[in-house]
Amino acid sequence: MTGPGGVVPGGVVVVGAGECGTRAALALREEGYAGPVTLVGGEPGHPYERPPLSKAVLSGAADLTPLCTPERLVDAGVTHLAGVAATALDVRAHEVALADGRVLGYERLLLATGARARPLPGALVLRSHADAVALQARLRPGTRVGVVGGGFIGLEVAATAAGLGCAVTVVEAAPRLMGRAVPERLAARVAARHAEAGVAVRCASPVARLEPGRIVLADGQVVETDVVVAGIGSAPETALAAAAGLAVADGIVVDGSLATSAPDVFAAGDCCSFPHPLYDDRRVRLESWRAAQEQGVHAARALLGDPEPYAAVPWFWSDQYELSLQVAGLPGAATEEVVRVRPDGAELWFGLDAGRLVAVAGIGTGTAVAKDVRIGELLIAQRAAPDPAALADPGVALKPLLRAPSPVG
Amino acid sequence: MPQWIAACATDDVDPEDVISFEHAGNAYAVYRSPDDAFFATDGHCTHERELLCDGLVMGGVIECPKHNGRFDYTSGKALGAPVLVDVRTYPTKVEDGTVYIEVP
Repeated sequence: MTGPGGVVPGGVVVVGAGECGTRAALALREEGYAGPVTLVGGEPGHPYERPPLSKAVLSGAADLTPLCTPERLVDAGVTHLAGVAATALDVRAHEVALADGRVLGYERLLLATGARARPLPGALVLRSHADAVALQARLRPGTRVGVVGGGFIGLEVAATAAGLGCAVTVVEAAPRLMGRAVPERLAARVAARHAEAGVAVRCASPVARLEPGRIVLADGQVVETDVVVAGIGSAPETALAAAAGLAVADGIVVDGSLATSAPDVFAAGDCCSFPHPLYDDRRVRLESWRAAQEQGVHAARALLGDPEPYAAVPWFWSDQYELSLQVAGLPGAATEEVVRVRPDGAELWFGLDAGRLVAVAGIGTGTAVAKDVRIGELLIAQRAAPDPAALADPGVALKPLLRAPSPVG
Repeated sequence: MPQWIAACATDDVDPEDVISFEHAGNAYAVYRSPDDAFFATDGHCTHERELLCDGLVMGGVIECPKHNGRFDYTSGKALGAPVLVDVRTYPTKVEDGTVYIEVP
Protein backbone atom coordinates (compact mmCIF):
# COMPACT_ATOMS: atom_id res chain seq x y z
CA MET A 1 0.00 0.00 0.00
CA THR A 2 1.45 3.38 -0.89
CA GLY A 3 0.36 6.87 0.02
CA PRO A 4 1.03 10.23 -1.60
CA GLY A 5 4.31 10.35 -3.52
CA GLY A 6 4.78 6.58 -3.39
CA VAL A 7 5.67 6.64 0.30
CA VAL A 8 4.73 3.53 2.25
CA PRO A 9 3.03 5.02 5.29
CA GLY A 10 3.45 4.65 8.96
CA GLY A 11 4.48 2.19 11.58
CA VAL A 12 7.90 1.27 12.85
CA VAL A 13 10.83 0.80 10.53
CA VAL A 14 13.90 -1.05 11.80
CA VAL A 15 17.06 -0.53 9.77
CA GLY A 16 19.40 -3.48 10.22
CA ALA A 17 18.30 -7.13 10.35
CA GLY A 18 21.05 -8.50 12.57
CA GLU A 19 20.71 -9.65 16.16
CA CYS A 20 19.59 -6.25 17.42
CA GLY A 21 17.14 -5.24 14.72
CA THR A 22 15.49 -8.62 14.45
CA ARG A 23 15.04 -8.94 18.21
CA ALA A 24 13.59 -5.43 18.26
CA ALA A 25 11.09 -6.22 15.51
CA LEU A 26 9.87 -9.31 17.34
CA ALA A 27 9.84 -7.51 20.70
CA LEU A 28 7.55 -4.80 19.30
CA ARG A 29 4.88 -7.45 18.86
CA GLU A 30 5.61 -9.03 22.22
CA GLU A 31 5.09 -5.58 23.74
CA GLY A 32 1.70 -5.39 22.07
CA TYR A 33 2.42 -2.99 19.22
CA ALA A 34 -0.17 -3.60 16.49
CA GLY A 35 0.97 -1.27 13.69
CA PRO A 36 3.14 -2.08 10.68
CA VAL A 37 6.69 -3.29 11.41
CA THR A 38 9.24 -3.30 8.59
CA LEU A 39 12.68 -4.83 9.06
CA VAL A 40 15.20 -3.64 6.48
CA GLY A 41 18.51 -5.46 6.04
CA GLY A 42 21.31 -5.08 3.54
CA GLU A 43 22.30 -8.73 3.71
CA PRO A 44 20.41 -11.33 1.69
CA GLY A 45 18.57 -14.18 3.35
CA HIS A 46 16.99 -14.78 6.73
CA PRO A 47 18.48 -13.09 9.83
CA TYR A 48 21.14 -15.25 11.48
CA GLU A 49 23.41 -15.39 14.52
CA ARG A 50 26.91 -14.03 14.01
CA PRO A 51 28.85 -15.66 16.88
CA PRO A 52 29.20 -19.09 15.17
CA LEU A 53 30.74 -17.46 12.08
CA SER A 54 34.21 -17.51 13.63
CA LYS A 55 33.73 -20.94 15.20
CA ALA A 56 31.44 -23.76 14.05
CA VAL A 57 30.44 -22.14 10.74
CA LEU A 58 34.07 -21.33 9.87
CA SER A 59 35.21 -24.84 10.71
CA GLY A 60 32.42 -26.32 8.64
CA ALA A 61 30.98 -28.13 11.66
CA ALA A 62 27.66 -26.31 11.57
CA ASP A 63 25.37 -24.35 9.31
CA LEU A 64 24.06 -20.91 10.06
CA THR A 65 21.86 -20.59 13.13
CA PRO A 66 18.76 -18.59 12.22
CA LEU A 67 17.73 -15.90 14.70
CA CYS A 68 14.22 -17.29 14.61
CA THR A 69 12.19 -19.44 12.29
CA PRO A 70 11.04 -17.68 9.09
CA GLU A 71 7.48 -18.47 10.18
CA ARG A 72 8.00 -16.52 13.38
CA LEU A 73 8.64 -13.29 11.47
CA VAL A 74 5.60 -13.98 9.32
CA ASP A 75 3.43 -14.85 12.31
CA ALA A 76 4.56 -11.65 14.02
CA GLY A 77 3.53 -9.68 10.96
CA VAL A 78 7.04 -8.35 10.43
CA THR A 79 7.76 -7.39 6.82
CA HIS A 80 11.39 -8.34 6.23
CA LEU A 81 13.05 -6.64 3.28
CA ALA A 82 16.26 -8.60 2.76
CA GLY A 83 19.19 -7.56 0.61
CA VAL A 84 18.01 -3.95 0.48
CA ALA A 85 20.17 -1.33 2.12
CA ALA A 86 18.74 1.88 3.52
CA THR A 87 20.46 4.70 1.63
CA ALA A 88 19.06 7.92 3.04
CA LEU A 89 17.13 9.15 6.03
CA ASP A 90 14.99 12.28 6.12
CA VAL A 91 14.20 12.90 9.77
CA ARG A 92 11.92 15.88 9.09
CA ALA A 93 9.78 14.01 6.58
CA HIS A 94 10.03 10.80 8.65
CA GLU A 95 11.13 8.81 5.61
CA VAL A 96 13.81 6.25 4.82
CA ALA A 97 14.94 5.70 1.23
CA LEU A 98 16.04 2.23 0.16
CA ALA A 99 18.57 1.12 -2.44
CA ASP A 100 15.81 -0.23 -4.69
CA GLY A 101 14.11 3.14 -4.90
CA ARG A 102 11.38 2.51 -2.35
CA VAL A 103 10.72 5.10 0.31
CA LEU A 104 9.34 4.02 3.66
CA GLY A 105 7.51 6.44 5.90
CA TYR A 106 7.77 5.85 9.64
CA GLU A 107 6.25 6.99 12.87
CA ARG A 108 9.23 5.62 14.80
CA LEU A 109 12.56 4.48 13.42
CA LEU A 110 15.17 2.21 14.96
CA LEU A 111 18.70 2.28 13.61
CA ALA A 112 20.31 -1.10 14.31
CA THR A 113 22.95 -0.76 11.64
CA GLY A 114 25.67 -2.56 13.57
CA ALA A 115 29.33 -2.23 12.80
CA ARG A 116 31.63 -3.17 10.01
CA ALA A 117 35.03 -4.78 10.25
CA ARG A 118 37.87 -2.31 9.90
CA PRO A 119 39.40 -3.13 6.54
CA LEU A 120 43.06 -3.87 5.85
CA PRO A 121 43.86 -3.84 2.13
CA GLY A 122 45.08 -7.27 1.09
CA ALA A 123 43.41 -9.06 4.00
CA LEU A 124 40.08 -10.82 4.40
CA VAL A 125 37.78 -9.82 7.25
CA LEU A 126 35.07 -11.71 9.12
CA ARG A 127 31.77 -10.05 9.84
CA SER A 128 29.10 -11.60 7.62
CA HIS A 129 28.16 -15.09 6.52
CA ALA A 130 29.58 -14.27 3.08
CA ASP A 131 32.89 -13.37 4.76
CA ALA A 132 32.89 -16.70 6.61
CA VAL A 133 32.21 -18.66 3.44
CA ALA A 134 35.00 -16.85 1.59
CA LEU A 135 37.47 -17.45 4.40
CA GLN A 136 36.49 -21.06 4.95
CA ALA A 137 37.21 -21.81 1.29
CA ARG A 138 40.81 -20.76 1.91
CA LEU A 139 41.46 -22.78 5.08
CA ARG A 140 43.01 -26.14 4.20
CA PRO A 141 45.49 -28.31 6.10
CA GLY A 142 48.89 -26.69 5.75
CA THR A 143 47.56 -23.31 4.64
CA ARG A 144 49.73 -20.55 6.09
CA VAL A 145 47.27 -18.19 7.74
CA GLY A 146 48.37 -14.79 8.96
CA VAL A 147 46.02 -13.19 11.45
CA VAL A 148 46.46 -9.47 12.01
CA GLY A 149 45.05 -8.55 15.40
CA GLY A 150 45.00 -10.49 18.66
CA GLY A 151 41.47 -9.66 19.77
CA PHE A 152 38.43 -11.92 20.02
CA ILE A 153 37.80 -12.30 16.29
CA GLY A 154 41.43 -12.79 15.32
CA LEU A 155 42.02 -15.36 18.05
CA GLU A 156 38.82 -17.29 17.35
CA VAL A 157 39.80 -17.45 13.68
CA ALA A 158 43.30 -18.57 14.71
CA ALA A 159 41.90 -21.33 16.94
CA THR A 160 39.49 -22.54 14.27
CA ALA A 161 42.16 -22.44 11.55
CA ALA A 162 44.60 -24.31 13.78
CA GLY A 163 41.91 -26.93 14.35
CA LEU A 164 41.65 -27.34 10.58
CA GLY A 165 45.37 -28.01 10.36
CA CYS A 166 46.45 -24.60 9.11
CA ALA A 167 49.81 -23.10 10.08
CA VAL A 168 48.74 -19.96 11.90
CA THR A 169 50.63 -16.84 12.92
CA VAL A 170 48.94 -14.08 14.92
CA VAL A 171 50.55 -10.65 14.89
CA GLU A 172 49.37 -8.09 17.41
CA ALA A 173 50.62 -4.52 17.69
CA ALA A 174 50.04 -4.26 21.46
CA PRO A 175 52.33 -5.91 24.03
CA ARG A 176 49.69 -8.56 24.79
CA LEU A 177 46.52 -10.19 23.45
CA MET A 178 42.97 -8.88 23.96
CA GLY A 179 44.25 -5.76 25.70
CA ARG A 180 40.99 -3.90 25.22
CA ALA A 181 38.59 -6.31 26.90
CA VAL A 182 40.34 -9.01 28.94
CA PRO A 183 42.55 -8.84 32.06
CA GLU A 184 46.20 -9.65 31.46
CA ARG A 185 46.32 -12.82 33.53
CA LEU A 186 43.50 -14.45 31.57
CA ALA A 187 44.90 -13.24 28.25
CA ALA A 188 48.21 -14.91 29.13
CA ARG A 189 46.42 -18.20 29.60
CA VAL A 190 44.80 -17.86 26.19
CA ALA A 191 48.19 -17.07 24.66
CA ALA A 192 49.66 -20.20 26.23
CA ARG A 193 46.85 -22.32 24.84
CA HIS A 194 47.45 -20.97 21.34
CA ALA A 195 51.15 -21.75 21.65
CA GLU A 196 50.26 -25.30 22.72
CA ALA A 197 48.14 -25.62 19.57
CA GLY A 198 51.12 -24.59 17.48
CA VAL A 199 49.92 -21.07 16.74
CA ALA A 200 52.76 -18.57 16.58
CA VAL A 201 51.66 -15.53 18.59
CA ARG A 202 53.75 -12.41 18.08
CA CYS A 203 52.78 -9.50 20.29
CA ALA A 204 54.37 -6.04 20.12
CA SER A 205 54.53 -6.65 16.38
CA PRO A 206 52.85 -3.84 14.47
CA VAL A 207 52.35 -4.44 10.77
CA ALA A 208 54.18 -2.15 8.36
CA ARG A 209 52.39 -3.41 5.26
CA LEU A 210 50.96 -6.40 3.49
CA GLU A 211 52.68 -7.62 0.37
CA PRO A 212 51.51 -10.48 -1.83
CA GLY A 213 52.25 -13.66 0.12
CA ARG A 214 53.62 -11.98 3.21
CA ILE A 215 53.10 -9.66 6.14
CA VAL A 216 55.92 -7.19 6.68
CA LEU A 217 56.25 -6.15 10.30
CA ALA A 218 57.42 -2.74 11.46
CA ASP A 219 60.73 -4.20 12.63
CA GLY A 220 61.37 -5.56 9.15
CA GLN A 221 60.60 -9.18 9.93
CA VAL A 222 58.41 -11.04 7.49
CA VAL A 223 55.62 -13.61 7.97
CA GLU A 224 55.01 -15.75 4.89
CA THR A 225 51.31 -16.31 4.27
CA ASP A 226 48.85 -17.92 1.90
CA VAL A 227 45.95 -15.96 3.32
CA VAL A 228 45.74 -12.99 5.67
CA VAL A 229 42.77 -12.23 7.92
CA ALA A 230 42.38 -8.91 9.67
CA GLY A 231 40.72 -8.79 13.07
CA ILE A 232 41.58 -5.22 13.91
CA GLY A 233 38.33 -4.06 15.39
CA SER A 234 35.15 -2.72 13.99
CA ALA A 235 33.73 0.68 13.25
CA PRO A 236 30.11 1.59 13.99
CA GLU A 237 27.94 1.86 10.91
CA THR A 238 26.94 5.49 11.24
CA ALA A 239 26.94 6.79 7.66
CA LEU A 240 23.16 6.90 7.32
CA ALA A 241 22.75 8.68 10.66
CA ALA A 242 25.57 11.14 10.08
CA ALA A 243 24.27 12.09 6.63
CA ALA A 244 20.87 12.74 8.18
CA GLY A 245 22.40 15.13 10.70
CA LEU A 246 22.15 12.94 13.79
CA ALA A 247 24.76 13.39 16.51
CA VAL A 248 27.55 10.86 15.96
CA ALA A 249 30.67 10.39 18.09
CA ASP A 250 32.14 6.86 17.98
CA GLY A 251 28.64 5.62 17.34
CA ILE A 252 25.24 7.18 17.01
CA VAL A 253 24.79 9.23 20.16
CA VAL A 254 21.74 8.16 22.16
CA ASP A 255 20.38 9.03 25.59
CA GLY A 256 19.68 6.56 28.37
CA SER A 257 16.56 5.29 26.68
CA LEU A 258 18.35 4.86 23.34
CA ALA A 259 16.75 7.93 21.67
CA THR A 260 18.96 9.73 19.14
CA SER A 261 19.19 13.48 18.67
CA ALA A 262 16.41 13.30 16.03
CA PRO A 263 12.75 13.05 17.01
CA ASP A 264 11.25 9.56 16.86
CA VAL A 265 14.57 7.98 15.89
CA PHE A 266 16.26 5.46 18.19
CA ALA A 267 19.50 3.53 17.84
CA ALA A 268 20.67 0.31 19.48
CA GLY A 269 23.37 -2.33 19.32
CA ASP A 270 26.91 -2.02 18.00
CA CYS A 271 26.11 1.24 16.19
CA CYS A 272 25.18 3.32 19.24
CA SER A 273 27.03 5.08 22.03
CA PHE A 274 25.02 5.34 25.24
CA PRO A 275 25.56 6.65 28.79
CA HIS A 276 25.97 3.78 31.23
CA PRO A 277 24.45 4.46 34.67
CA LEU A 278 26.62 1.80 36.36
CA TYR A 279 29.76 3.58 35.19
CA ASP A 280 29.03 7.23 36.07
CA ASP A 281 27.11 7.69 32.83
CA ARG A 282 30.32 7.24 30.89
CA ARG A 283 29.58 6.81 27.19
CA VAL A 284 29.93 3.20 26.13
CA ARG A 285 29.68 1.52 22.77
CA LEU A 286 29.44 -2.26 22.97
CA GLU A 287 30.28 -4.81 20.31
CA SER A 288 28.48 -7.61 22.02
CA TRP A 289 25.97 -10.23 20.99
CA ARG A 290 24.06 -10.00 24.22
CA ALA A 291 23.99 -6.21 24.32
CA ALA A 292 22.70 -6.21 20.74
CA GLN A 293 19.90 -8.49 21.80
CA GLU A 294 19.06 -6.67 25.02
CA GLN A 295 19.25 -3.23 23.47
CA GLY A 296 17.00 -4.35 20.62
CA VAL A 297 14.35 -5.38 23.11
CA HIS A 298 14.96 -2.26 25.19
CA ALA A 299 14.67 0.00 22.14
CA ALA A 300 11.38 -1.65 21.18
CA ARG A 301 9.97 -0.72 24.58
CA ALA A 302 11.54 2.74 24.46
CA LEU A 303 10.06 3.66 21.11
CA LEU A 304 6.66 2.61 22.41
CA GLY A 305 7.11 5.11 25.23
CA ASP A 306 8.87 3.32 28.10
CA PRO A 307 11.39 5.83 29.56
CA GLU A 308 13.40 3.24 31.55
CA PRO A 309 17.15 3.76 30.99
CA TYR A 310 19.24 0.92 29.61
CA ALA A 311 21.46 -0.28 32.45
CA ALA A 312 22.38 -3.90 31.70
CA VAL A 313 25.88 -5.00 32.68
CA PRO A 314 28.04 -5.46 29.56
CA TRP A 315 28.82 -9.12 28.89
CA PHE A 316 31.09 -10.83 26.37
CA TRP A 317 32.34 -14.28 25.70
CA SER A 318 34.88 -15.97 23.48
CA ASP A 319 35.42 -19.65 22.73
CA GLN A 320 38.88 -20.78 21.70
CA TYR A 321 39.71 -24.49 21.63
CA GLU A 322 38.08 -26.09 24.68
CA LEU A 323 38.45 -22.85 26.62
CA SER A 324 35.68 -20.38 27.19
CA LEU A 325 36.27 -16.87 28.38
CA GLN A 326 33.50 -14.73 29.82
CA VAL A 327 33.68 -11.08 30.83
CA ALA A 328 31.01 -9.06 32.64
CA GLY A 329 31.29 -5.35 33.30
CA LEU A 330 34.11 -3.11 32.11
CA PRO A 331 37.57 -4.33 33.19
CA GLY A 332 39.02 -0.96 32.24
CA ALA A 333 37.03 0.66 35.05
CA ALA A 334 38.86 -1.34 37.72
CA THR A 335 41.59 0.13 39.92
CA GLU A 336 42.11 -2.97 42.05
CA GLU A 337 42.08 -6.64 41.12
CA VAL A 338 41.46 -9.91 42.91
CA VAL A 339 42.10 -13.39 41.49
CA ARG A 340 40.38 -16.62 42.48
CA VAL A 341 41.91 -19.89 41.26
CA ARG A 342 39.46 -22.74 41.57
CA PRO A 343 40.41 -26.36 42.30
CA ASP A 344 39.24 -27.35 38.78
CA GLY A 345 41.82 -25.01 37.26
CA ALA A 346 39.30 -22.38 36.23
CA GLU A 347 40.27 -18.83 37.10
CA LEU A 348 38.19 -15.81 37.98
CA TRP A 349 39.31 -12.21 37.96
CA PHE A 350 37.43 -9.52 39.86
CA GLY A 351 37.95 -5.83 39.16
CA LEU A 352 37.04 -3.30 41.86
CA ASP A 353 36.91 0.47 41.97
CA ALA A 354 36.74 2.17 45.35
CA GLY A 355 35.63 -1.16 46.80
CA ARG A 356 32.79 -1.64 44.32
CA LEU A 357 32.79 -4.57 41.94
CA VAL A 358 32.92 -3.20 38.38
CA ALA A 359 34.07 -6.21 36.32
CA VAL A 360 34.39 -9.97 36.47
CA ALA A 361 36.18 -12.23 34.04
CA GLY A 362 36.65 -15.96 34.01
CA ILE A 363 38.36 -18.62 31.98
CA GLY A 364 37.87 -22.36 32.12
CA THR A 365 36.98 -25.43 30.15
CA GLY A 366 33.59 -25.32 28.49
CA THR A 367 31.05 -23.49 30.59
CA ALA A 368 32.93 -23.98 33.88
CA VAL A 369 33.05 -20.29 34.78
CA ALA A 370 29.60 -19.33 33.53
CA LYS A 371 27.78 -19.50 36.84
CA ASP A 372 30.40 -17.54 38.76
CA VAL A 373 30.65 -14.86 36.09
CA ARG A 374 26.86 -14.58 36.02
CA ILE A 375 26.74 -14.11 39.79
CA GLY A 376 29.51 -11.54 39.42
CA GLU A 377 27.38 -9.77 36.85
CA LEU A 378 24.45 -9.64 39.28
CA LEU A 379 26.80 -8.28 41.97
CA ILE A 380 27.95 -5.55 39.58
CA ALA A 381 24.33 -4.66 38.83
CA GLN A 382 23.67 -4.43 42.57
CA ARG A 383 26.65 -2.07 42.94
CA ALA A 384 27.96 -4.52 45.52
CA ALA A 385 31.23 -4.01 47.40
CA PRO A 386 32.16 -7.59 48.30
CA ASP A 387 35.03 -8.42 50.63
CA PRO A 388 38.13 -8.95 48.44
CA ALA A 389 39.26 -11.80 50.69
CA ALA A 390 35.97 -13.61 50.05
CA LEU A 391 36.34 -13.07 46.31
CA ALA A 392 39.84 -14.53 46.36
CA ASP A 393 38.89 -17.64 48.36
CA PRO A 394 37.66 -20.50 46.17
CA GLY A 395 36.08 -22.01 49.28
CA VAL A 396 33.62 -19.11 49.60
CA ALA A 397 30.46 -19.49 47.54
CA LEU A 398 29.67 -16.37 45.53
CA LYS A 399 25.89 -16.69 45.42
CA PRO A 400 25.36 -15.75 49.09
CA LEU A 401 27.21 -12.47 48.43
CA LEU A 402 24.18 -11.29 46.47
CA ARG A 403 22.20 -8.81 48.53
CA ALA A 404 18.85 -10.54 48.37
CA PRO A 405 17.48 -13.40 46.37
CA SER A 406 16.10 -11.66 43.33
CA PRO A 407 14.74 -13.37 40.26
CA VAL A 408 17.26 -13.85 37.50
CA GLY A 409 16.74 -10.98 35.16
CA MET B 1 7.82 -47.80 28.37
CA PRO B 2 8.26 -45.08 31.03
CA GLN B 3 10.40 -46.08 33.97
CA TRP B 4 11.58 -44.51 37.22
CA ILE B 5 15.36 -44.13 37.37
CA ALA B 6 17.37 -43.26 40.47
CA ALA B 7 19.13 -40.02 39.55
CA CYS B 8 20.94 -38.92 42.71
CA ALA B 9 20.75 -38.57 46.44
CA THR B 10 18.78 -35.58 47.68
CA ASP B 11 21.97 -34.28 49.33
CA ASP B 12 23.79 -34.28 45.98
CA VAL B 13 21.90 -31.15 44.95
CA ASP B 14 22.22 -27.93 46.91
CA PRO B 15 19.03 -25.94 47.46
CA GLU B 16 18.41 -23.66 44.46
CA ASP B 17 20.92 -25.48 42.33
CA VAL B 18 21.19 -28.08 39.59
CA ILE B 19 23.26 -31.16 38.78
CA SER B 20 23.53 -33.27 35.67
CA PHE B 21 22.49 -36.88 35.36
CA GLU B 22 23.02 -39.24 32.46
CA HIS B 23 20.97 -42.26 31.59
CA ALA B 24 21.04 -44.39 28.44
CA GLY B 25 23.09 -41.80 26.62
CA ASN B 26 20.75 -38.93 27.48
CA ALA B 27 21.62 -35.98 29.70
CA TYR B 28 19.16 -34.72 32.28
CA ALA B 29 19.27 -31.80 34.69
CA VAL B 30 17.98 -32.32 38.22
CA TYR B 31 16.96 -29.23 40.21
CA ARG B 32 16.29 -28.60 43.87
CA SER B 33 14.13 -25.58 44.69
CA PRO B 34 14.69 -23.43 47.80
CA ASP B 35 11.82 -25.30 49.48
CA ASP B 36 13.42 -28.67 48.69
CA ALA B 37 11.17 -29.77 45.85
CA PHE B 38 12.91 -31.62 43.00
CA PHE B 39 12.44 -31.10 39.27
CA ALA B 40 14.02 -32.57 36.15
CA THR B 41 14.46 -31.36 32.57
CA ASP B 42 16.46 -32.34 29.53
CA GLY B 43 20.13 -31.67 30.18
CA HIS B 44 20.67 -29.53 27.11
CA CYS B 45 19.48 -26.06 26.22
CA THR B 46 17.08 -25.98 23.26
CA HIS B 47 19.08 -23.15 21.66
CA GLU B 48 22.61 -24.44 20.97
CA ARG B 49 22.55 -27.67 22.99
CA GLU B 50 24.79 -26.36 25.75
CA LEU B 51 24.63 -28.35 28.99
CA LEU B 52 22.31 -26.58 31.41
CA CYS B 53 23.91 -27.98 34.58
CA ASP B 54 26.66 -25.29 34.59
CA GLY B 55 24.00 -22.57 34.60
CA LEU B 56 22.73 -20.37 37.40
CA VAL B 57 19.51 -21.33 39.18
CA MET B 58 17.59 -18.50 40.79
CA GLY B 59 13.95 -17.74 41.46
CA GLY B 60 12.62 -20.88 39.76
CA VAL B 61 14.66 -20.20 36.63
CA ILE B 62 17.59 -22.04 35.07
CA GLU B 63 19.75 -19.94 32.84
CA CYS B 64 21.86 -21.48 30.08
CA PRO B 65 25.55 -20.99 30.95
CA LYS B 66 26.45 -19.98 27.43
CA HIS B 67 23.91 -17.60 25.99
CA ASN B 68 21.66 -16.90 28.98
CA GLY B 69 18.58 -18.53 27.55
CA ARG B 70 16.16 -18.91 30.46
CA PHE B 71 13.66 -21.59 31.34
CA ASP B 72 11.20 -22.05 34.17
CA TYR B 73 12.62 -25.36 35.38
CA THR B 74 9.34 -26.33 37.01
CA SER B 75 7.40 -26.18 33.72
CA GLY B 76 10.14 -26.16 31.08
CA LYS B 77 8.76 -22.94 29.62
CA ALA B 78 11.23 -20.91 27.54
CA LEU B 79 11.30 -17.35 28.87
CA GLY B 80 12.43 -15.45 25.77
CA ALA B 81 15.21 -14.97 23.24
CA PRO B 82 17.53 -16.60 22.42
CA VAL B 83 15.56 -19.67 23.47
CA LEU B 84 12.47 -20.23 21.39
CA VAL B 85 11.56 -23.78 22.32
CA ASP B 86 10.53 -25.05 25.76
CA VAL B 87 12.80 -27.58 27.45
CA ARG B 88 11.23 -30.95 28.17
CA THR B 89 10.45 -31.76 31.79
CA TYR B 90 10.22 -35.14 33.55
CA PRO B 91 8.28 -36.21 36.63
CA THR B 92 10.31 -36.68 39.82
CA LYS B 93 9.77 -38.36 43.17
CA VAL B 94 11.84 -38.73 46.33
CA GLU B 95 12.03 -42.01 48.23
CA ASP B 96 14.39 -42.71 51.12
CA GLY B 97 16.68 -39.82 50.26
CA THR B 98 16.92 -40.76 46.59
CA VAL B 99 15.61 -38.62 43.73
CA TYR B 100 13.96 -40.59 40.92
CA ILE B 101 13.00 -39.26 37.53
CA GLU B 102 10.55 -40.88 35.16
CA VAL B 103 12.05 -41.24 31.71
CA PRO B 104 10.28 -42.47 28.61
